[in-house]
Amino acid sequence: MRKILVTLLFLLFGTSAFADCNIKSGSINILANDFPALRTFVETSKQCKGSADFKVTHSSEHNKIAVPALTANPSEFSARIAANSSIVPLMNQDLIRPLDDLVKKYGKGIQDSQLITIDGKVMAVAFMANTQHLYYREDVLKDLGIAVPKTYEEVVAASEKIRASGKMQYPYAAAYKAGWNLAEEFVNMFIGHGGEFFKAGGAQPNINNAKGVATLNMLKKLSELSNPDYLTHDSEAIKVEWESGNVALMTLWASRSGTLLDDEGDPNITKATKLTGPATVGGGNIPAATLWWDGFTLAKNRSDADAEATFRALAHAASNKKMVADAADQAVWLVEGFVPGPKSIGVIEAVKMGAKPYPMLPQMGLMHGALGSEIVEFLQGKESAEQALKDVEAAYISKAKEQGFL
Amino acid sequence: MPNKTFFWFFLPTGLAMILFIGLPIISTGIQSFYAQHDQVVKEVKKCDPFGCTVSIVVDNELTTKLREDKPLGKFNGFGTYVDRNHLAIDEIKKFWNETENFGAFVDQVTNLPFYKALIFTLTYCLFVTPNVLLLGFIIALSLNAVARKIRGPLIFGTILPMIVTPLVGSLVLFWMIDSQGIIGANIQNLMNDPYLSLKSSKTLTWITIIIYGIWHHSPFAFVVFYAALQTVPQEPVEAAIIDGASRFQRIKHIVLPHIYPVVTFVALISLMDNFRVFEPIIGFSAEGSAQSLSWLIYDNLVNEEVILFGSAAATSMMTIVGIAILLAPVLIRTWKEFKTAR
Repeated sequence: MRKILVTLLFLLFGTSAFADCNIKSGSINILANDFPALRTFVETSKQCKGSADFKVTHSSEHNKIAVPALTANPSEFSARIAANSSIVPLMNQDLIRPLDDLVKKYGKGIQDSQLITIDGKVMAVAFMANTQHLYYREDVLKDLGIAVPKTYEEVVAASEKIRASGKMQYPYAAAYKAGWNLAEEFVNMFIGHGGEFFKAGGAQPNINNAKGVATLNMLKKLSELSNPDYLTHDSEAIKVEWESGNVALMTLWASRSGTLLDDEGDPNITKATKLTGPATVGGGNIPAATLWWDGFTLAKNRSDADAEATFRALAHAASNKKMVADAADQAVWLVEGFVPGPKSIGVIEAVKMGAKPYPMLPQMGLMHGALGSEIVEFLQGKESAEQALKDVEAAYISKAKEQGFL
Repeated sequence: MPNKTFFWFFLPTGLAMILFIGLPIISTGIQSFYAQHDQVVKEVKKCDPFGCTVSIVVDNELTTKLREDKPLGKFNGFGTYVDRNHLAIDEIKKFWNETENFGAFVDQVTNLPFYKALIFTLTYCLFVTPNVLLLGFIIALSLNAVARKIRGPLIFGTILPMIVTPLVGSLVLFWMIDSQGIIGANIQNLMNDPYLSLKSSKTLTWITIIIYGIWHHSPFAFVVFYAALQTVPQEPVEAAIIDGASRFQRIKHIVLPHIYPVVTFVALISLMDNFRVFEPIIGFSAEGSAQSLSWLIYDNLVNEEVILFGSAAATSMMTIVGIAILLAPVLIRTWKEFKTAR
């Protein structure tokens, strides 16, 4: 009992000791995606809320809520944790405010490299980087004498070998759920082939070409080595597949490595789970992956006092050396003082290999949406690659016309 | 009821209907004729932790001005209705001229998103509605015949599928048909095909959703039919028994004609419900294989990072027209009967 009391007291003083941002008023309400690193980030910022009102919504449906909630005046949320792709609709609708003054006033610990500037104005402050890269089962590969794959062609060959050995029926996994996830896999693979989504200097689509066909064919080969239910599998589902020992090679987000390598689940599988950089494809030099940042943005339709309180709390977390030291396993933090651990290999390799960031273009969301629904039939074997790409372009063009991009 | 009493009786409901159903439909209708303004973009320098690039953004100052001048957007007439993602008039003309035989033409047309969704929606309606009526009627008849003592618990058990939230019901089934779930794995064993998956095959997904639809909607038909069966007069039934009519003949010549108006009612409601099929598609994560008109609206509103109000509004209006067309025969018939009854 005394021990508990002492611990509690220690915790109480321990946290309050460094968490004093002296925020006197204002209300803070944050909208964020739901994964461990973001929870840690928001919790850290909460430590310095002072007497401000503090609320947070963690939701994997954050993309659906963001634009309507920030359009309202006053907006429901004072801050939105966004990424390369989700900042675009906020920019398109002019829903977030420039942060230059606040950064100057309160952003002491924030490094210059964390600032997302658009047209010279700071629009977001990034705090972590993310990408999708390969995970492999060391034991399985070793048993069969397979080298760690560096290209998707090698992934296919390795998976075929594992299947032929009878060890696993569906040795490969990636989040191929129809919709956003599947489209993201296409984006990665297309960039790996050196593709450009739009014709130079405009919004005309540019995917119905040899690179697009090669991309689709590779996705199809991989899907044939995956669980037949792949079109319904998102990141969470393939994580479960991995933890049940059904999969030996997997493309998954770096931010999920923490939950994959924690103490839950079969210790033998956890021990044999190894991370490596993203694979290249089609003889290309750059990896078939996109780099992502996660950062915070502040709502425009909210009082200056709220914006100030919110910025101070979030800046506290975005420059917190203790947080990045304690949670070094959860993400690749862009914050000063971060020492990359073994779980950061994927992102660091991706950066080294020259991976490209996800395209931050106003019309990219429409392309992503069209991809997510129109390439399904090709994977099901119901239409040709050329037809699927033609459909994507046609669906995109209609939507882009309605939105005034074409 | 005198007309005046009826008017006052109906007024609150009528007002609420105009306010919450009528006006939103009109507003949706207006919205469907507008598209977004032309986007004004400019080239700027963007910097993030991975480096700087020159790329485009929407010019907010100019866009705000455009929006303030014309908040509804750019008038587009029926432009959204006829574009490729809806009725696709131009594409269909092109297919008609380019394809050699009718089969190829149908293939091309059913590859368009609106027609793809329409075909699934209609298939779902055509299979689910009659089966719901039939199954509901059979259950009602059987339950009407069992001993009164056990009827209560049986009725409760029968209406369970309706009580279970659609999304939860479909999720339960979704996990059962997983290739490692109890149904999915057993079917694989039975067919001796380890690559068989109910979720990846389009046909099997459709069948699953239709079976789920029947399971979910039958209790509604059952409850209404069961109530109607309680009003069937016993005298003619007894007379028929004395005349030596079989059970089937009694149902055909006495029970069915008596509850006929109720059957029409259930058919109408089921058709309307089924035409708006949506939850099972989300529950089964079946977006890849099965899309309905309601799902298209949902997709336009939330699945894109850019919300397509015009598209969603146009699809909504066409859904309303679709329901009206489907219901027309039944409504006309009811109207005629109503007139002759007078």
